[in-house]
Amino acid sequence: MREFIENFVQPHFNYWAYVIIMMIGLWALIAKRNLIKKLIGMSIFQTAIILFYVSLGVKDGATIPIAPHHVAGDHADAHDSEHAESHDDHKAHPKPVADDYSNPLPHVLMLTAIVVGVATLGVALAVSQSLFKDFGTLEEDEILEQIKSGDYYD
Amino acid sequence: MIDQFPVIIVLSPMFGALLVGLFGARNHSVCFPVAIGALTISLIGAVVTAKRVFTTGPVDYFLGGWDAGKIVEGVEIPLGFGIQLRVDHLNALLLVVIAIAVLLVSIFAIRRQSEQDTEKTHYFYALFLMLSTGLFGMTITADAFNLFVLVEVSSLTSYGLIAMGSSPRGTHAAFNYVIMGTVGASFYLLGVGYLYMKTGTLNMIAIHDILHMNNEVGNAIFDSRSITVAFILILIGMWIKMAFFPLHGWLPNAYSYCPSSTSCVLAPLMTKVSVYVMIRMMVTVFGLDWVFQHFDWSNVVVWLAVIAILAGSAFALAQNQLKKMLCYLIVAEVGYMVGGAWVADSGRWGLTGSLYHILADALMTLCLFLTAGILTRRAGVKNLTDLDGMFKKMPLTMTGFIVGALGMIGVPPTCGFFSKFYLIRGGIDSGHWEFVVALLISSLVNAVLFFRIFEIAFFGKKPAEGHGHHHDEDDTAADAIVPTEPGLRSLAPLWITAALIVALGLMNGSVVEFIRQTPGLILESPVKAN
Repeated sequence: MREFIENFVQPHFNYWAYVIIMMIGLWALIAKRNLIKKLIGMSIFQTAIILFYVSLGVKDGATIPIAPHHVAGDHADAHDSEHAESHDDHKAHPKPVADDYSNPLPHVLMLTAIVVGVATLGVALAVSQSLFKDFGTLEEDEILEQIKSGDYYD
Repeated sequence: MIDQFPVIIVLSPMFGALLVGLFGARNHSVCFPVAIGALTISLIGAVVTAKRVFTTGPVDYFLGGWDAGKIVEGVEIPLGFGIQLRVDHLNALLLVVIAIAVLLVSIFAIRRQSEQDTEKTHYFYALFLMLSTGLFGMTITADAFNLFVLVEVSSLTSYGLIAMGSSPRGTHAAFNYVIMGTVGASFYLLGVGYLYMKTGTLNMIAIHDILHMNNEVGNAIFDSRSITVAFILILIGMWIKMAFFPLHGWLPNAYSYCPSSTSCVLAPLMTKVSVYVMIRMMVTVFGLDWVFQHFDWSNVVVWLAVIAILAGSAFALAQNQLKKMLCYLIVAEVGYMVGGAWVADSGRWGLTGSLYHILADALMTLCLFLTAGILTRRAGVKNLTDLDGMFKKMPLTMTGFIVGALGMIGVPPTCGFFSKFYLIRGGIDSGHWEFVVALLISSLVNAVLFFRIFEIAFFGKKPAEGHGHHHDEDDTAADAIVPTEPGLRSLAPLWITAALIVALGLMNGSVVEFIRQTPGLILESPVKAN
């Protein structure tokens, strides 16, 4: 067991963390019968993926991807740090090395994914509000019962 | 100008949606011209770009001028810096079909929208145009993450469109669709994360190049288990989106309880574009040699497709409602396309048939759903029995229905016959006889289904009594709505679709030849046949 943890869990703990969080979300999605609880599960599910992406950008001993002032010359913007080796006109100063900075791209992608997640949650809440108006409840079982009872054939 | 057309296809409906959203609330008459105008521009763009592909080969477009290989201040821009749009033989015709379908549905929707409560008109058109943006974008983009965003754009708008209807069951179906759709898109995103982790790029072509590099590092990535995981996650995500059989639960209710103008655009396009995304992933991102030789699960997937076809047909046979029946037919058709893509015959006829069937099925489904929309609206048809004697009452509408139905069965001049022909050829070449049998059974079931409808509509419920003469008297018990032919704005889209079904069937040779020029579809050194 100890060997398993040392060899398999510890070096990959970020993956274990995201998979566990994701499964919690998936369980809530499937097993919970209250619509709002389902939506909470959906958010947890999406957040787990965001955590996974954020952990992709991490490197050992690296810092935030903002180039120090003396290397941030005319061309080397912050997002350029990975490719800054190709700039030869900064001979006076040490060139920024990509290994010193964590990868900002997954983080930027996740900004988009967070926006998408917020939009999805907004739509889902609006739909559940409309469901509450129609059925007077947010419990899936009661809604299904009302549908089965034939009041809402259309 | 001609160089900018790929991006105009996507942006034109997006700006149309903005205009409708801004001005449509005050003045509803703005909505319709803006929608038609924006979608016409997209159609022109799609046709022009398809023509360019036909004459000069694949067209690449980089947003923001980040062209790969361009030299900026002494540094060459590598592939994958800007978002790339790519139109090649795989998606050029699909773009045209999407553009035609959304344009026809937007024409079809005018009367419907102005008859229903007008408060929602501008919401409908804004969402409809954003949905078109999402569908065009999913088809045209060559960036894996961009694809995720556009999948969500089209999904979010379709949740809204489905929930807009007056039926509470439609709202409930929309909620289930939100949950399933989000899970599907999240799986796709996770898969892209694994791809990015191993290759360090999001550009589809760059991912392919890195996967297939011929050095030590490249081979290590080619054999990597992370890539396999990425492929499986993307596949599952897309299967949920396309309603592949065990994951189809959200589709029938969502598409049958929503307003008919919504079902007309969602049913033909949403699932087909998802199938296209799966094939794009197989052909352009992972490469067919990786999919079929390195990671060969084709037997399993073909069997899943066989089950999907048979289950979809069986469920369709059990339905009494017209729209529900059509929805289950979509589930069966998705089985055709997935199975065709995975039969892995060396001549790639299955994959070709599946790509051709995407176009054919989009048109046939559009035709059937347009008819169903007209029949629901003008004659109050909900169940199959309501179609009693409909050929006499609405002959013009039912003519369109016949063409769509014959296409679904697979009668020669229509495109449905030729797509089945190529799919079956792929099945025979690869030795997947179970797929061939499932296709034939499904065709038989379709024949039974539609000839049952023809019988009801021609001869009435009680054929022994009627012989088509006494129906006018029988009608009194039916719905209060007296069936009348709709106006030209409903009939014209239907007839154009019917004509296109036949035209696509007649032109099958050249269409298939065009599709088969897709880079990477047919390997240069063909593998020996099994």
